[in-house]
Amino acid sequence: MFFGLSDEARELRDGVRDVLAGACTPATVRAAWPGGDAAQVDRLWGALGELGLLGLLVPEAAGGLDLGPLVAVAALEEAGYAGVPGPLVETVTVVAPTLAAHELLPDVLAGRIRVAVQTGSDAVPYAAAADAVLQVDGGVRLLVRDDAKLEPVATVDASRALATVVGEGSPLQVDADLLPARLGTAAFLLGLARRQVDLTVAYVKDRKQFGVAVGTFQALKHPLADAVVDTEFAWPAVLRAAQSLADGDPDAALHVAMAKLLASESAYRVSRVCLQAHGAIGYTTEYDLHLFGKRTWALAADWGSPAQLRSELATLLDLNPRSAT
Amino acid sequence: MDLRETAEEAEFRAAARSWLAENVPRGLPSGDTREGFALHLEWERRLFEDRWAVVSWPEEYGGRAASVWQWLAFEEEYYRAGGPQRVTQNGIFLLAPTLFAFGTQEQQDTLLPRMAAAQDLWCQGWSEPGAGSDLASLTSRATRDEAAGGWRLDGQKTWTTRGAFCTHLFGLFRSDPQSQRHHGLTYFLVPLDAEGVTVRGFSRLDGDEGFAEVFFDDVLVPDDAVLGGVGKGWSVAMATTGSERGLTLRSPGRYTAAADRLLDLARAHPGRLDGSLCDRVVQAYVDAEAYRLFTLRQVSDEQAGRTRMGESSLNKLFWSELDIRLHETAQDLLGPEAEREGPWSKGFQFSLSGPIYAGTNEVQRNIVAERLLGLPRK
Repeated sequence: MFFGLSDEARELRDGVRDVLAGACTPATVRAAWPGGDAAQVDRLWGALGELGLLGLLVPEAAGGLDLGPLVAVAALEEAGYAGVPGPLVETVTVVAPTLAAHELLPDVLAGRIRVAVQTGSDAVPYAAAADAVLQVDGGVRLLVRDDAKLEPVATVDASRALATVVGEGSPLQVDADLLPARLGTAAFLLGLARRQVDLTVAYVKDRKQFGVAVGTFQALKHPLADAVVDTEFAWPAVLRAAQSLADGDPDAALHVAMAKLLASESAYRVSRVCLQAHGAIGYTTEYDLHLFGKRTWALAADWGSPAQLRSELATLLDLNPRSAT
Repeated sequence: MDLRETAEEAEFRAAARSWLAENVPRGLPSGDTREGFALHLEWERRLFEDRWAVVSWPEEYGGRAASVWQWLAFEEEYYRAGGPQRVTQNGIFLLAPTLFAFGTQEQQDTLLPRMAAAQDLWCQGWSEPGAGSDLASLTSRATRDEAAGGWRLDGQKTWTTRGAFCTHLFGLFRSDPQSQRHHGLTYFLVPLDAEGVTVRGFSRLDGDEGFAEVFFDDVLVPDDAVLGGVGKGWSVAMATTGSERGLTLRSPGRYTAAADRLLDLARAHPGRLDGSLCDRVVQAYVDAEAYRLFTLRQVSDEQAGRTRMGESSLNKLFWSELDIRLHETAQDLLGPEAEREGPWSKGFQFSLSGPIYAGTNEVQRNIVAERLLGLPRK
């Protein structure tokens, strides 16, 4: 029995961390907001491609690294910490594996083109800044930008580049598995949470009121401790779900739903506590905290909101709540 | 990651499961009453006879030299089989790890076999009337008596679980009268039948006589009653509290078994399961699983030499809050029946003590904030 990341996976994760620390600063995240320097985001995606991150779940024969779901969640947690803008979780977990035999794959793996994923709803995250949309709803179709009618939708986290997508792409003769996207989002959320905690710890050690650092007050220590407890207990659930995907465990859907529920709720709670601990400076767009907090709000509800996940889990656990009459 | 059990682990689990299926007693009364305690001792001795009392200990002390994975499997099977509370827990789960780490060979050889066999029954002497969360302010004292060749103990301990039924106490005493706070303390092992010891039992919230206060009036103990060295009491005691907050005392099997019983209760009462209660049942199941997975991660990291200061406080905060939420959900499912005495109402009352004992959760939050997050103490 061994539960956790192998030494090799840890090394890879640390490598991702080092690269992202330079390639994806808060300035890079801001560049993905309207009016930002789009070229900076393009350079980041080129760096992600060079790192091999985009092909983590693509077979080696197709040009990927094929390192499996455990390495993928570890890398995506780091990407969350950096707040990487764009459809990274979608690309790693759905787009690249689904397009493994497609002519566009080299461009996807190199980060030269970005592909959003549409799963039923008209509104598609990242579509406004994407080169194509992978439509997964029963079948799988690829809609290139020129054939799509896109209408941007304003969002709280404007780097989400949400747009309504009208149009039907060309059918692909492949299946797409969406479960890894749900799990990848859980990992990304825990990275976002860790970043917000780090920002907050640094701030409350530095910020003085009443003559002392505000981080000495139990009124701040206790909610922060509780929030961190929740994320600490979410991460092992993400790792187990990743292993279940790797093993083809029949309970993988249950494990992924639990992981996403724990990650969504704990990351949201962290965002609340960290905002409060900052006081007014956190309630500005000049300070960086909002970049990570707003993404947390969006992702906590994406790929399975807590309410939807609890309802799915109830069914999987053979619970039948009395319907409201 | 490798979540498969080895053949050895699977074999161990199967042996435990089949023994427990045949031997777990049904319907034992609470072990926190005098009559109940006696019945629980019979069960503890039955466990010992077949070497299931202390599976992780070396064989010469009555164990099976089980690995931590095997121990976790045993715990899971124990609670799944409906095994009762372990009235020996403060000895076998709290004192024993400290004895293994700090005890002399002679102390280990003398004390451990009797503890395993439930002949010596140990209770904990930490808190005092004036020293609870602020344990380092304790004033019970140990005075050197050269002529008698030992130490004289004076003072009072309280909130001592099952103190009225136990035979021995481990506790902290101030052995250097000039010392302050956590300096100058010594960890003593004291027989409760020693002259000058008075034990008074009293009732906990649930009405059982599970608490005691213990008075020491010029109690003479020999030098070998010191565990871990004179003046080293604080660091020795901290090893015990780590066990109490963390995995040793609260293995995940207890919570996963309780969550399974809650699922059964919810399935048995579909008419009472509205959407909000259903959500809470789901949450209890998810949280118990999260605790189990956290401990697997924790054990794996420990074996790889990756440990963090204060991590057992994370366990304690999570299992104590989870236990309350789980029992509150059961109580709400039971509705008007919840007020009746029974396993769920008993468990509910016990769960309420979780955020208090083993260091209040307020103290644990300070530890998480200061040691894990690095926030300033002052």
